[in-house]
Amino acid sequence: MLQIKNLTVSIGEKEILHDISTTFEKGKIYAIMGPNGSGKSTLASAIMGHPLFTISKDSKILFGNEEIQEEEAHLRSKRGIFLTFQAPLTLSGINVFQLMRVALEGKLDPLALKNKIKDLAKKLKIKEELISRALNDGFSGGEKKKMEVLQAAVIEPAFLMLDEIDTGVDIDSLKTIAEFLAEMKSKDRTIVIITHYNRILKYLMPDEVVVIIDGHIKQKGSADLSQKIESEGYGWIQ
Amino acid sequence: MDTMTNKNTSDNLQFDYKYGFSMPDTSVIKIDKGISEDVVRYISSVKNEPQWMTDLRVKSYKIFLEKSMPDWGADLSHIDFDNITYFARATNEQLSSWEDLPEEIKNTYDRIGVPEAERNFLAGVSAQYDSEVVYESVKKELDKVGVIFCDMDTAVQKYPDIVQEYFSTLIPPHDNKFAALNTAAWSGGSFVYVPKGVEVKLPLQAYFRINSERFGQFERTLIVAEEDSSVHYIEGCTAPIYTTDSLHAAVVEIFIKPRAKVRYTTVQNWSNNVYNLVTKRAKAEDHALMEWIDCNIGSKVTMKYPSVYLVGPYARGEVLSIAYAGAGQHQDAGAKMLHMAPHTSSRIISKSISKAGGRTSYRGLITVTPEATDAKVYVSCDALLLDEESRSDTYPYMKIKNSEVEVQHEATVEKIGEEKIFFLMSRGIDKASAEGMLVNGFIEPVTKEIPLEYSVELNRLIHLEMAGSVG
Repeated sequence: MLQIKNLTVSIGEKEILHDISTTFEKGKIYAIMGPNGSGKSTLASAIMGHPLFTISKDSKILFGNEEIQEEEAHLRSKRGIFLTFQAPLTLSGINVFQLMRVALEGKLDPLALKNKIKDLAKKLKIKEELISRALNDGFSGGEKKKMEVLQAAVIEPAFLMLDEIDTGVDIDSLKTIAEFLAEMKSKDRTIVIITHYNRILKYLMPDEVVVIIDGHIKQKGSADLSQKIESEGYGWIQ
Repeated sequence: MDTMTNKNTSDNLQFDYKYGFSMPDTSVIKIDKGISEDVVRYISSVKNEPQWMTDLRVKSYKIFLEKSMPDWGADLSHIDFDNITYFARATNEQLSSWEDLPEEIKNTYDRIGVPEAERNFLAGVSAQYDSEVVYESVKKELDKVGVIFCDMDTAVQKYPDIVQEYFSTLIPPHDNKFAALNTAAWSGGSFVYVPKGVEVKLPLQAYFRINSERFGQFERTLIVAEEDSSVHYIEGCTAPIYTTDSLHAAVVEIFIKPRAKVRYTTVQNWSNNVYNLVTKRAKAEDHALMEWIDCNIGSKVTMKYPSVYLVGPYARGEVLSIAYAGAGQHQDAGAKMLHMAPHTSSRIISKSISKAGGRTSYRGLITVTPEATDAKVYVSCDALLLDEESRSDTYPYMKIKNSEVEVQHEATVEKIGEEKIFFLMSRGIDKASAEGMLVNGFIEPVTKEIPLEYSVELNRLIHLEMAGSVG
C-alpha cells in the first residue's frame, strides 16, 4: 500500500531520518516505537507532506505504484492518507462540522454529515457541544485526541497514521479511543500507530513493530517486540 | 404589516418614492475636471437646490481650500484634486461596455457568481434598474409607517426642513479637509428618516436605492432615528465596485434620539485604485444604541474611523470592523468613541488581515469627559499577518478625564502558522482554501453580525483573495 525507499528527511540543516526504507501493507497494523526525538513523528509528517521538512532527491514515497513524495499534503490526503496530530491545534472560528464540510467537498450532504458527526461523537463519548465549538478551543487533551479520531472516521482513510494518539489521555478516554480504532480496522485499511506504550496495542494488535532510533530503523518484529520494549526499554537494541 | 411596527403614524411623511428612483435624465451633463467655486455653484444650480444649500457648498469649498491634508495617517500625496470630475450625471446611453472593463474585475464577477444584470450595474456600465419590483413592495411597507428612504438629492427637494435641521451639523465642513470637499461637491447618498416608535425590521439596503448617481464619489448620507425607533441600514456590496475615479470621500451623519437604535453595515470592496476617505459619525442620546459594522476589503488607501458621540446617559456605541489589505493596499481604519455623559458604554472590535505586503493600521480614539462618570470602554484589536512582508500597526489613543471609568484594552498580532495550514491540508484542503478558512475563522466574531447573504459573499471573497485571483 505504502512504501518508503531511501527516505532522508531534514528540517533546515538538520538531518533527522537517514536513508530509511520500509513497506506498509494493505490491511495491516503497524506500531512505530522509539525513544523521544528518534524521528517517529518526522516519518509520519514526511509521509503526510509537511512543507517544513525537506526530503533528499533520491527519497521515494510510493502509494500504490505512484510516487507521491513531490505532492502537496492535501493531494496525499485525497489519496487516502491521514494523520492524527500529536498536539492538535486550535482553530478559531472553525468547528469540526465546518472543517469536515470543506474537507469532504460536498461528498456528503450537510445534514447527513452533521448526523454522522453526531453519531461518531456519541460513540467516542465527545460532548455534543464540542461539535459546534471552535475546534480544540478549550478542549482537554483527551477531547482533542478524540476529535482527531472522529475526523479520521469521517474521512475514512485507507492509510491511517496515529501520532501518539494515546498520550495526554486519561485511562477511560484511552479505552474509548482504542476500542473505536479497533472497529476501524479493516482489510482495506492500513493503520500505523506511533506510540511509547503497549496499552493501546492490546486493542490494536500490530502485525509488525518497527523501532526507530536516531533516525534509523533499528529493529522490526512481531507484537512481542513492543512488550519487550515496554519492560526493558531500548537499551538492548543496538 | 409583518415587517414593521408602528406606534406613531405621521401622515405628513407620505410621499411618492418614484421620484427618487426614476431613470436618469436623458440629457448629458458633463463638467470639466477640477474644482472651483464656479463648479460648486454649478452643481447646486443643476440640482436646483435651495439657497442655504448653495451657500453651504460655497462656504465648504472655501474651507476645503484652507484645510491642510491630514498628515498623520496613510500616504495621500498622490491624490490630484485637479484631475477629478466633481459632477457627472449618467445618461440612458451606456457609458462604457462590459468588454471595456478590466479583466480581473470581470473574472471576479464570474467567480463570485454575480448575475449579468447586477454586474453591469456594479460596473457602472448600465443604468438599468432591475430591482425595482423587489423594492416596490418594501417601499409600500415603509410608506405605511412614515419611514422616508430616498436619495439625498431627492430629500433636499422634498424634505428641506428635516434635511436643513440636521445636515452638516454633526460633521461640519471644518471637521476635516475631505468632509469640507464632500459638503462642497456632494451628490447622491441616502436619506433615512424613521419616525418616533417605528421599528424597521427589514434592513434598508442602499443596493435597492439605485439611480444615476448611485456610487458617487462624494456620497452624502443622513439618517435620523426618532425616539424609540430602530433601523438597520446596509451599504455596499461585496463585488468589487469598479470606478475610474480615484477618490471616494463620503460623509455619513446619524442622529439617534433617546432609546432609538441604529445599525449601519458597510461591506466595501472598491477597486484597488481608489482612495476611500470617509467620515462617519453618529450622535447617540440617552439609552440610544449605535452600531457600526464596517468591512473594508478593497481600495488603495482607506482612512475611516466611524465614531459615536455618546451624549446622553446610558448611550451605547459599538464599532465592529474588518480590514483586509493585500499588495499595494493600506487600510488605516479604526473607531472613535466620545463618552460625554454618565453610564455610557462603548465596544470596539477590530480585526485586520494583511497579505502580500499589504498594510493595516488600527487607529482608535477614546475620549471620556469629566461628566462621563461610570463609563465603560472595551477595545479589542486583533491583527493577522499572512506573511513576512505584510505589516500591521496599532495606534490606540485614550483621553480619560474621569477616574470612575472602566477601561479594557486588548490587542493581539498573530501570524498564520505553517502548522495550522499543514493541519488543514492534511485534511484534504488545498493551501489557498486553508488560508481562507483560517482568515474567515479569525474574522468570524464580526461576520456573524452581518446579514447572512453578505457574510457568505464576504467569506467567498476572502477565499478568492487568498487564492490571489482578485485584482
